Amino acid sequence: MTDKSDITLTINGKAHGIRVEARRTLADAIREECGQTGTHIGCEHGVCGACTVLVNGEPVRSCLMFAQQADGKQIRTVEGLAKGDEMHPMQRAFMENHGLQCGFCTPGFLMLAVGVLEREPDISDHDLVDVLSSNLCRCTGYQNIIRAVRAAAIEMRQS
Amino acid sequence: MTVHGKTDHTKGSGTTWVGRSLRRLEDPALVSGRGRFTADIPATHWVRFVRSHVAAGTIDSIDAPDGIGMVTAADLKSLKSIKPMLSKFNYVPVGQPILADGVVRFTGECLAAVYAPSKDEAEDLADQVEVGITETQPLTDARAALAGDAPHVHAGTQHNVIVEGHIVTPKFEDVWTSADRIIRVEARSRRQNATPMEARAGHAIYDPLTERVTLTCTTQMPHLMRTAVCDILGIPESELRVIAPDVGGGFGQKMSLAPEYVLLVWLARHLRSSVAWTEDRRENLIASFHSRDQYVELEGAFDKKGKLLALRGDIVANIGAYSCFPTTCGVEPLMALAELPGPYDVRAYDCRSRGVMTNTCPMAPYRGVSRPVITFVLERLMDKAAGAFGIEPTELRRRNLIDAFPYTSATGLVFDDGTYRETMEMAIAAIGLGAFRKRQEAARTEGHYLGIGFATFSERTGYGSPAFAARGMEITPGFETVILTVDPSGFVEARIGSSPHGQGLRTSLAQIIADEIGVDPQVIKVVHGDTDRSPYGWGTFASRSLVLSGGASLMAAQKIRAKLLKMASHLLEASPEDIKLEEGSAHVIGTDRSVTIASMARAAYHQTHIFKGEIEPGLSENATYDPSGTFSNACHVAVVEVDIETGSVTLEKFLVAEDAGLIINPMIADGQVHGGVAQGIGNALLEEIIYDETGNIMTSTLADFLPPTAREIPEIELHHIETLTGNTITKAKGLGEGGAIGAPAAVISAINDALKPFDVSIDEMPATPQRIRAALRNSGKLP
Repeated sequence: MTDKSDITLTINGKAHGIRVEARRTLADAIREECGQTGTHIGCEHGVCGACTVLVNGEPVRSCLMFAQQADGKQIRTVEGLAKGDEMHPMQRAFMENHGLQCGFCTPGFLMLAVGVLEREPDISDHDLVDVLSSNLCRCTGYQNIIRAVRAAAIEMRQS
Repeated sequence: MTVHGKTDHTKGSGTTWVGRSLRRLEDPALVSGRGRFTADIPATHWVRFVRSHVAAGTIDSIDAPDGIGMVTAADLKSLKSIKPMLSKFNYVPVGQPILADGVVRFTGECLAAVYAPSKDEAEDLADQVEVGITETQPLTDARAALAGDAPHVHAGTQHNVIVEGHIVTPKFEDVWTSADRIIRVEARSRRQNATPMEARAGHAIYDPLTERVTLTCTTQMPHLMRTAVCDILGIPESELRVIAPDVGGGFGQKMSLAPEYVLLVWLARHLRSSVAWTEDRRENLIASFHSRDQYVELEGAFDKKGKLLALRGDIVANIGAYSCFPTTCGVEPLMALAELPGPYDVRAYDCRSRGVMTNTCPMAPYRGVSRPVITFVLERLMDKAAGAFGIEPTELRRRNLIDAFPYTSATGLVFDDGTYRETMEMAIAAIGLGAFRKRQEAARTEGHYLGIGFATFSERTGYGSPAFAARGMEITPGFETVILTVDPSGFVEARIGSSPHGQGLRTSLAQIIADEIGVDPQVIKVVHGDTDRSPYGWGTFASRSLVLSGGASLMAAQKIRAKLLKMASHLLEASPEDIKLEEGSAHVIGTDRSVTIASMARAAYHQTHIFKGEIEPGLSENATYDPSGTFSNACHVAVVEVDIETGSVTLEKFLVAEDAGLIINPMIADGQVHGGVAQGIGNALLEEIIYDETGNIMTSTLADFLPPTAREIPEIELHHIETLTGNTITKAKGLGEGGAIGAPAAVISAINDALKPFDVSIDEMPATPQRIRAALRNSGKLP
């Protein structure tokens, strides 16, 4: 159980060479070995989606993936959304539409929404709500998260 | 969609940051992954709690492999137990040990704490700890625990009733017997978990230089946490600093003292090092705190015209195995007792309310505290009465809602100005009740069962110490203090005792202060959640922070304003009445003479001689506010469709017409209502903590306990009236809990309305498909 392997996690373009046990989840490795604590852990059983990151462009629940499975893959987390001081349209839309309250689930929602809209920019409103129903938020009642993602979708299509 | 009524924003300075949907100052860090939550902090030692796998029994042995770091009750003999007090209501004090000491009283109770250099190692070691427990028969149901021959959860007590209140108004029986019609409801609210998205976590670090420990933890009340932990450890408060960093939601679950935090502080002192614990979701669901597990029997006596004359109630609240600190387990039964009559004018009241101990996870406050339950039951009574009188449920409410203020209730509560009728009429018009009835009729002929439900209710908010004293609490949370400082740089810092965790208070308070002293909210930093930096206060709960810290902020800002005007008067050689503070400067009205607030702040510290001894050096003021309290009100409307073949409920629409006084930041206010309504919908339809007969929890994942997703929550339409209350100095009322209070009642009411053709009564929450199907099957009226 305690045998460790060397792997490389490339997070937001930066390579992190780390040694982890086979059982180490990607979520734990991102947070602890790589020190990127913007990705949050809400349930560790794949229901809440707070730990959602993009692995090779696909939204993934990082608590359900082992770090070793992400070896050599491109990982994007909330820390990588902004370009320098310029926020991603999704981050701006969440602020403008009050899409967050306590902010704990927010990184997961941001990554989920960005991942889906990059793949499917013209997603219908109905399908968008379906996608967003994969993550849990306890503060907002989802009203303003949906509003924010719709607003960001328009801006992302235009740019 | 949101519709705001006309509002008269009259503020001292004439500027109006208040009333604007200013973007939150909290957000840039939180959307960038720069929030700092407790679990983000590294530690030398990680703790894993060994928890009881049985609900009741005596501990025979706790055996661990040699050499592992483990703490049991035997190591903690010098510690006091958690034992909050009430001086009234036949309260029976019981203590909760930090780690179970000989006896186990609920599944999930901490038996031992194992520590290791990493989380994984601590978990591995905890798995190797062998626990021997001789099981006894557990009590999980409150009614079963009331039986004369029931075992006692705590040995040495006379019975399992730990708190009991009874209110009977004079000549109750006379009124009761004069009534024309008695309507009865027997209702059940199943057990809930508040389920913040961030489960609990704590981090304690010992500093050898100062010999102090800093406890960073997921709390809604850092100051009280410090007091409680120090009392239990028997150390001065100066030896402990408590920090509530970014906290990922609380909803009440994080306002009670968890024994785990006491253990962390003790262990950090013992090891002279840092120790941390991050709860997993299973621990949170089985062993944090639960709520809303109640039986309510309610009878209403009406006259011929449908006027409610008297209410008779009996409430049994399952409070679990221990009494939570600081509110005590009286919080649910006593809140229910005092507030059961709700927004209806009823002069005769006879109600008994009991808190009963069982072998279940302890009860603690959860958003709305009892009011989601009593509102649901009272609204069932009103709906049933409307059915009996053959009138629209809203018509029955129209005949009974209070409409003259101040109104003193049968239980002695004083309601300030509210809009109980107006919000209901607003909701009826906005939802289009008449058109809905036609659509409902037509749909029924096609086998679609639509229903509409109204809930009208009051939300008692912003109450100060007298309200808590009335409950006989040893600790009476009430006041809040704000220390407002303009520093020599010209920036403003407001240090507050409240401890917001998602409510946007940094922004709302900055708006209140900005209006008063004429600066931009961006230069105001609100500091909270650190006992070293903030004044003693009670934290954030009970829809209180905007009212209390907002009031104290306004009072402190008024003092700063007066001083700024005096300084400007010196510097500009003008009378203070002729000076206006705005956009960061003091201007002499009608001239081009002005001086910046930043330069006055600099002078207040560095150039005090220019004021010739007439102005005290420095620019910092304190204020404390302890108001009597104020009632917000709202009408919630749910429109549902029930599938009679599956028992599933689809929410078509949800509408809220509400009045929370002056709205400081409409965007934030709306967000609070949205979130509360979503939790209320979860309570009404989905969420339930289920124990089996052995006291084991069957719902220990988020795939079993079902918080709603974006799919289950419909669009929530909001309408506002702003009644400027005279009971608070900001004219604002609290509104954090209202969404959760009204929504369950509205949803259950709508389900019952939809199922009217089957003559069933759904009087249990959550109204799961199984319960709805069972009721339909038993009706014998299914097609």
